[in-house]
Amino acid sequence: MTNIEELVKEQAEVHGKERKNLMPILQAVLRSERYISEEAMVAIAKELDISTADVYGTASFYTFMDTKPKGKNVIRVCKTITCHMKGKDAVIGALEDLLKIKLGENTSDGKFSLLQANCLGWCHKGPVMLINDEVYPEVTPESAVEVIQEYLKQK
Amino acid sequence: MDNKIKKVDLIFEKVDYLDILEKSFKRTQDEIILDVIDSGLRGRGGAGFPTGLKWKFAKNEEADQKYVICNADEGEPGTFKDREILTQSPEKVLAGMALCGMATGASKGYIYLRGEYNFLLPSLSATINKFHEDLKELNFDFTIEINSGSGAYVCGEETALMESMEGKRGEPRNKPPFPTSSGYLGKPTSINNVETLVFALMIAKEGPTKFKEMGTFDSRGSKVFSVSGDTPTAGIFELELGMSLENFVNEFGDGDTKAVQIGGAAGFCVSRKDFKDTVIGFEGIPTGGSMMLFNSTRSMFNILKDYLEFFEEESCGQCTPCRVGCQQLLKGIEAVKKGVKPPAYLDELQKLSETMKLASKCGLGQSAPNPFNSIINNFREEIIY
Ligand SMILES: Cc1cc2nc3c(=O)[nH]c(=O)nc-3n(C[C@H](O)[C@H](O)[C@H](O)COP(=O)(O)O)c2cc1C
Ligand code: SF4
Ligand code: FES
Repeated sequence: MTNIEELVKEQAEVHGKERKNLMPILQAVLRSERYISEEAMVAIAKELDISTADVYGTASFYTFMDTKPKGKNVIRVCKTITCHMKGKDAVIGALEDLLKIKLGENTSDGKFSLLQANCLGWCHKGPVMLINDEVYPEVTPESAVEVIQEYLKQK
Repeated sequence: MDNKIKKVDLIFEKVDYLDILEKSFKRTQDEIILDVIDSGLRGRGGAGFPTGLKWKFAKNEEADQKYVICNADEGEPGTFKDREILTQSPEKVLAGMALCGMATGASKGYIYLRGEYNFLLPSLSATINKFHEDLKELNFDFTIEINSGSGAYVCGEETALMESMEGKRGEPRNKPPFPTSSGYLGKPTSINNVETLVFALMIAKEGPTKFKEMGTFDSRGSKVFSVSGDTPTAGIFELELGMSLENFVNEFGDGDTKAVQIGGAAGFCVSRKDFKDTVIGFEGIPTGGSMMLFNSTRSMFNILKDYLEFFEEESCGQCTPCRVGCQQLLKGIEAVKKGVKPPAYLDELQKLSETMKLASKCGLGQSAPNPFNSIINNFREEIIY
């Protein structure tokens, strides 16, 4: 068994093998891989005894469930109105310069993906970014760069 | 109407929630529900359905299993109060769910927490574990689980949320049947907003009178507001309902407020000339809490474009009026701005928006026209030039 197959099997044991357990299983794969690969979808379909198309149909519906490879750390900058007003464009510009990628791309070392997201629920503290599940409110271009540099130092 | 806004502290007040549950437990289901009906509490998630009636419908269903769902999807732009409530008063939310369970005869509760709030999972799970222990002491059989979302605004719509919990695409269902008769897994389900559940708990604690005495005939009680945009005091405030927008702006504005978007992207934009005559509440403009202030440096074109991009991305695509309509409204204002289409094209788009209101399947497509029409009507020149 591959690592993904093992992970899926283990998660199906934890959450159950019914259709209603699909989301938590997909989310567990996401936490570990940052995206849902074809291999993962096939493995999940097999465990839950549903069609791969059904798994793909569900996964592709949700913005956070990427079906294309993503970096180890997924950065999502809020682009909705108050964060827009408070300067999210400058934050994104600074991150693009630092990581040498454009919005929607992954760094070549696979460490980061840079994305936008809709309102993250911190509008009084915009601009806001999410790195994986971690929230960074009231970021400036400078502080956002510092945060990423910390991530770079870690590993 | 007097000219003060009144701050209230029911939602974040520390209470002995187990004592409230223990006392409620000694009452009948109908007594609990009657208090909620009598208080006049209406849902705080946006639609404003009377909470006590919803509970009564669920209670009256015969079923081997019923469910309670706490809607913590909080995707409406400009809303962040449910996150704060779940951070500061999670026990009260859980107790509100248990109260709803008692009243409707449900033994299982779910919190549907948006993926953006995953950072809350460890602390919330720990609080739930402790709460389960507490309930054992009361001898009340009720358990709560968390289901996470994964970034989809439409999953805040109650039936889309249930589809998502069932492992499917978050596409809204046809209504009827309503969730109180056929909800999660086809069972009777009471789905309530985070804040609604806490108010219900506070009504069980204090009785209906105190709540009913606040606010207005159509909008009883208080409400947690999420204030953002051009304001020196952005944040979360619990205020008595029924105030005029003018009083609100006097309190929260920066002295140069030209418009306020009430109710998030799905809400209405009110311009300065109408502040005085606009009531914040169900008789005027209701809000799930989102209040975004804009001062005169802001381009209303950019604001409208942001809202329409939001809807275009978040439409589930299930029905044509919404899927195509949101796209066309967005493309349309861009074309008018660029001069590719004449200003009169905005009238065509407004007709389209009427069709969307009538023919869309769920609240998303039905309310995308709200910011569109209110901004076009109030700031037409800013869209054209
Ligand atoms: C597109 C859309 C998004 C919604 N998002 C939310 C939400 O994030 N939170 C919420 O409580 N209600 C949301 N609602 C309203 C729910 O459908 C439902 O009315 C509400 O959860 C009922 O709870 P309440 O009566 O306590 O307000 C949304 C509705 C629509 C149409
Ligand atoms: S109105 Fe929009 S979001 Fe609602 S069901 Fe139709 S396409 Fe989906
Ligand atoms: S608009 Fe960015 S967090 Fe709400």
